[in-house]
Amino acid sequence: MIPEFVTPTVEWAPLTPVLFVLGAAVVGVLLEAFLPAGLRRPVQIGLSLLATGGALIAVAVLWGPVMDTGGYDVLGGSLIVDGPTLVAQGLIALLAMLSVLVMADRTAAKEDAFAPMVSASPGSDYERLALRRGMQQTEVYPLLLFATGGMLIFGSTGDLLTMFVALEVLSLPLYLLAGMARRRRLQSQEASLKYFLLGAFASALFIFGVALIYGATGSISFSGIAAAVPTPTGTEPLLLAGAVLLLTGLFFKVGAVPFHLWAPDVYQGAPTPITGFMAAATKVAAFLAILRVVYVMLYGLGWELTAVLWTVTIASMLVGTVAALVQNDIKRLLAYSSVAHAGFVLVGVTALDVRGPSSVLFYLLAYGLATVGAFAVISLVRERSASGGVTAEATSLGQWSGLGREHPVIGAAFVLFLLSFAGIPLTAGFVGKFAVFSAAVSGDAWPLALIGVLASAAAAFAYVKVIVAMYFPTTERTQGDGEESEAAPTSGAAGTTLVAAPARTTTVTVVRTEGWATVAIGVSAILTVLLGVLPGPVLDAIEQISLFLL
Amino acid sequence: MITTLSAVLTGLPAAEAVEPVAAVAATGAASAAWLLILLPLLSAAVLLLAGRRADGWGHLLGVAAPAASFLVGAIIAVQMLTSPVTERVQHLDLGSWITAGTFDLRVGLLADPLSVTFVLLITFVGSLIHVYSVAYMAEDVNRRRFFAYLNLFIAAMLLLVLADSYLLLFFGWEGVGLASYLLIGFWNHEVRQGHKVSGDQALDNSVAAKKAFVANRVGDLGMIVAMGLLFAHLGTVSFAGVNEGVASGALSTGMITAIGLMLLLAAVGKSAQFPLQSWLGDAMAGPTPVSALIHAATMVTAGVYLIVRSQPIFDATGDARLVVAVVGAITLLFGAIVGCAKDDIKKALAASTMSQIGYMMLAAGLGPLGYAIAILHLVGHGFFKAGMFLGAGSVMHAMRDEVDMRKFGALGRKMPLTYYTFMAGWLAIIGMWPFTGFFTKDPIIETAFIAQEGQTWQPWVFGSVALFGAALTAFYMSRLFFMTFEGKRRWEPDVEPHESPRLMTWPMLVLALGSVGFGVAFGWKGRLADWLVPVTGSVEHPAPVLPPALITWSVLILVLIAVGLAWQRYAASATVVPRTAPKASALTEAARDDLYQDKVNNGLLVIPGTYATRALVYADSAVVDGTVRAVARGTVAVGDLARRPQTGFVRQYAAMMAIGLVALVIIVLAVQS
Repeated sequence: MIPEFVTPTVEWAPLTPVLFVLGAAVVGVLLEAFLPAGLRRPVQIGLSLLATGGALIAVAVLWGPVMDTGGYDVLGGSLIVDGPTLVAQGLIALLAMLSVLVMADRTAAKEDAFAPMVSASPGSDYERLALRRGMQQTEVYPLLLFATGGMLIFGSTGDLLTMFVALEVLSLPLYLLAGMARRRRLQSQEASLKYFLLGAFASALFIFGVALIYGATGSISFSGIAAAVPTPTGTEPLLLAGAVLLLTGLFFKVGAVPFHLWAPDVYQGAPTPITGFMAAATKVAAFLAILRVVYVMLYGLGWELTAVLWTVTIASMLVGTVAALVQNDIKRLLAYSSVAHAGFVLVGVTALDVRGPSSVLFYLLAYGLATVGAFAVISLVRERSASGGVTAEATSLGQWSGLGREHPVIGAAFVLFLLSFAGIPLTAGFVGKFAVFSAAVSGDAWPLALIGVLASAAAAFAYVKVIVAMYFPTTERTQGDGEESEAAPTSGAAGTTLVAAPARTTTVTVVRTEGWATVAIGVSAILTVLLGVLPGPVLDAIEQISLFLL
Repeated sequence: MITTLSAVLTGLPAAEAVEPVAAVAATGAASAAWLLILLPLLSAAVLLLAGRRADGWGHLLGVAAPAASFLVGAIIAVQMLTSPVTERVQHLDLGSWITAGTFDLRVGLLADPLSVTFVLLITFVGSLIHVYSVAYMAEDVNRRRFFAYLNLFIAAMLLLVLADSYLLLFFGWEGVGLASYLLIGFWNHEVRQGHKVSGDQALDNSVAAKKAFVANRVGDLGMIVAMGLLFAHLGTVSFAGVNEGVASGALSTGMITAIGLMLLLAAVGKSAQFPLQSWLGDAMAGPTPVSALIHAATMVTAGVYLIVRSQPIFDATGDARLVVAVVGAITLLFGAIVGCAKDDIKKALAASTMSQIGYMMLAAGLGPLGYAIAILHLVGHGFFKAGMFLGAGSVMHAMRDEVDMRKFGALGRKMPLTYYTFMAGWLAIIGMWPFTGFFTKDPIIETAFIAQEGQTWQPWVFGSVALFGAALTAFYMSRLFFMTFEGKRRWEPDVEPHESPRLMTWPMLVLALGSVGFGVAFGWKGRLADWLVPVTGSVEHPAPVLPPALITWSVLILVLIAVGLAWQRYAASATVVPRTAPKASALTEAARDDLYQDKVNNGLLVIPGTYATRALVYADSAVVDGTVRAVARGTVAVGDLARRPQTGFVRQYAAMMAIGLVALVIIVLAVQS
């Protein structure tokens, strides 16, 4: 199956999705320098949407040729544009596009989710100055495009060094973005630093793994390693240790247990639109990389790696699920849920079945849509101070009590995303779970499917708890509540009367915004239902094209 | 006269054995058979969805829908009459319904003489009762809803008889059950206008509705099991497929018997046969037109239809057939005995319905000899029993909803139209020559006396039961008729009985014509039986164990004696009918209490069921919920453990990652070596 051709010239066409995004990112940086401040925001948003949209169209154009030829090997194997690459690139571009919409949204006071001057400490003179001048943080858009570009390459590359570079290209902007929250700035900066330190640690493990694998096989290209694996050389322990280190780096990115500890802190601290993007798009890229490593590069090691994969898969499902059950903060709840979901997706990987890749990709589509949509909703649920100003997000579950009744449409959308997370039929999440579990069963990994089903059932409780709180409040919503919150620093005024402490009383509301996030929520919700009711065409399309090119 | 009477019997089946004919694709009017169902269904939907806005014209639409269906049905019938016999069984394919692997169930309707007979009965009698209801329910604020339910019933009943598979039939089967439930409990709230309903009555009504629903559910279980068995062994549930499968010998005789018994269970539930008959009496809680249409003329006969429609199955199993006949015979006597003791005019009529359906079941249980005459009696009964129910409704209308016959008496002069139409029904049901019942019931009694191959005691038992039942029928129906219309007046002084409005009396008149003329028109020379031959086939007819003429004369003489006895006890000028039921013999007391059927049910099923339920509820909350709660508590405790490493310190996170990594490396190396 190894194609024999070596291309002396660069084939530009298969590169277009990556080129669009990275090119736009570079242009975006230049525009930051040259455009007047007032123009930057609309231009950057337009450019970002254009770039991600262009990438989507490029994927669509490439679809037919790739299906016919099986794929292209570009730049001497640095980029492998095959079916799974296209599906993942399409997913990433779509999720990035939706995330741009959520990021672009502003409240009536023209405040978006990002601090106008990140380096200023909250409450300082600098901060006030920036606020007074109405400064907007527009560099987030090129940063997001860089991260997206890294993701587009990460899972689509054919050698380990390019993969490492892509890993850094996607990670570094995310570290930055995580620290740019307008509200709860210190928490955001703490998250950023944690993410950076642990990410650097994971990268080190990754590159160490690359070194060991190179030592064992003498190659850094997937095809070279795959060819060398079956030949006994006496260096198998080296190869195996290298493989585990490499996978550790990748498991870190998807937040699989026991490399998940960063996830709750970072998800909670990062600006919510970024959390959504990070949770959804990074997982797509990293899982494609895991698939490529397990199914292509180390396929010969499949059985030796089984124990590792099973351990991580089961641990992720169980830990993510049980920890989600005891969370009182909606963002942390979704963070642990994302750990559990990483486990569910790993079921499809661990199946080592021919249906594995397509089921994983469909699951990621379902999960990504619900994630972007859910975090978009969270970004709209805000505290409102007594003076009427909109402040930070109300992420404590106690504050969500009764929300569904007051805001039926947004509430219904959020319920839909939660149901999709829980894998309730007629949502995309159900089809995704069904796909990965049936892949596991046909790959003789039925214990994984069994544990997965049990974990899904338990996890449903965590989601339904939120739904119940939203629609069947046991008490009137506590004002400015903080007693249940694990991390929210605001506290105190719970239960006090309006007369006693009117100044500290806040209400919780779904804010009116410019509407960009609502568009993203709508698109996510419609696709979630559509993929749940009529998954056939998409499943078939992914399945037809899900063969890896070596 | 003896010869003409015998001719009824000898004329019934064709001289030689005839096989049922195979279905052909529907043509002409039959291809519009779906309209039959759609029209009342649409009307029901409009009436329900339009809400109070339709109050003004809802009843008109409600009447128009079954009438339109009747027109369509009549056109189909005429077309069928003019086509050759081999083309009278027409199948209308409406497309694929359920496709799963090799199982491909298509939706289709079967327009053949049997289903068309039912269509005509349902839509004709149904239309009349709709017209009657316009007046009967005139002052009820929910009349529109009443008509919506009636239309829903008509649609479901038509679906039941037109379906070409057991599964589609089951939809109709459940549909009529639903409509019946809704209509029995129609007055489930206090009504102060029109027919007044007190709070206690309302509660009783809803209990009655539930009772009917639950009893039916037991029968439905049989239906579902039968379908499951058919599907498991033949892979199909369509009538055509089942016929073929049974004919091919793919089923063992034991299996066929099991399927037959399950179908019988379904029929027993729906048709209020022993031992599931207890709901029918309570079902009289519904408005009287409902009792006439659903609980006398049509729905309760669905069980008979099911048996006749499942003819290939029952033909192949003498055992199941015998059980059918036994059930019919028991119910026949049971209903008749209960009917002798009831003072509530509607409950007496309900007992009589039970008993008459027992006759039909008995006939159906006699196999190929009896299918056609079962249907003949069914249709005839549809006319005279519906007519009498409407008459009873008319009486109640006049008597401020009084149902106790002990408070009637001498009503004949006050409401002559009701009197004469009811008399037609009475003469018909007791089998007086030349009224309908004579031509429909007499063949059943004579056929019951026929010894089929290998039978010894059966003809004597079934024949005597049928004969004795006829005498009992004559007695209790005469009692009912005399207590209501003859004798001395026993009503309250302030009640002023009056004839009902024309909208009510005209349907009664039409049905009375049916009571008088249907039998002679369709039973004579076996016209209806010949018409049904394409479906039921026909077989050689052995002679009864007694001469037919003797049987016929015995029946007539017994009936006359019974009528005379009733006259002497309830209408003769010297007798006084007490206004409250006096203490009576043990048998009478038992019959007043439905032969203790409710008490038996209570003791055997309800009380053990209640205790079993309580035990289960306790087990559920203690064991199942307890386990779940324990698991939940455990899970939460584990969750608390799982977030313990979440300290917020990066150094600790990194250490955890390192430990995890080392663990994984150890695992992989351990596995490899």
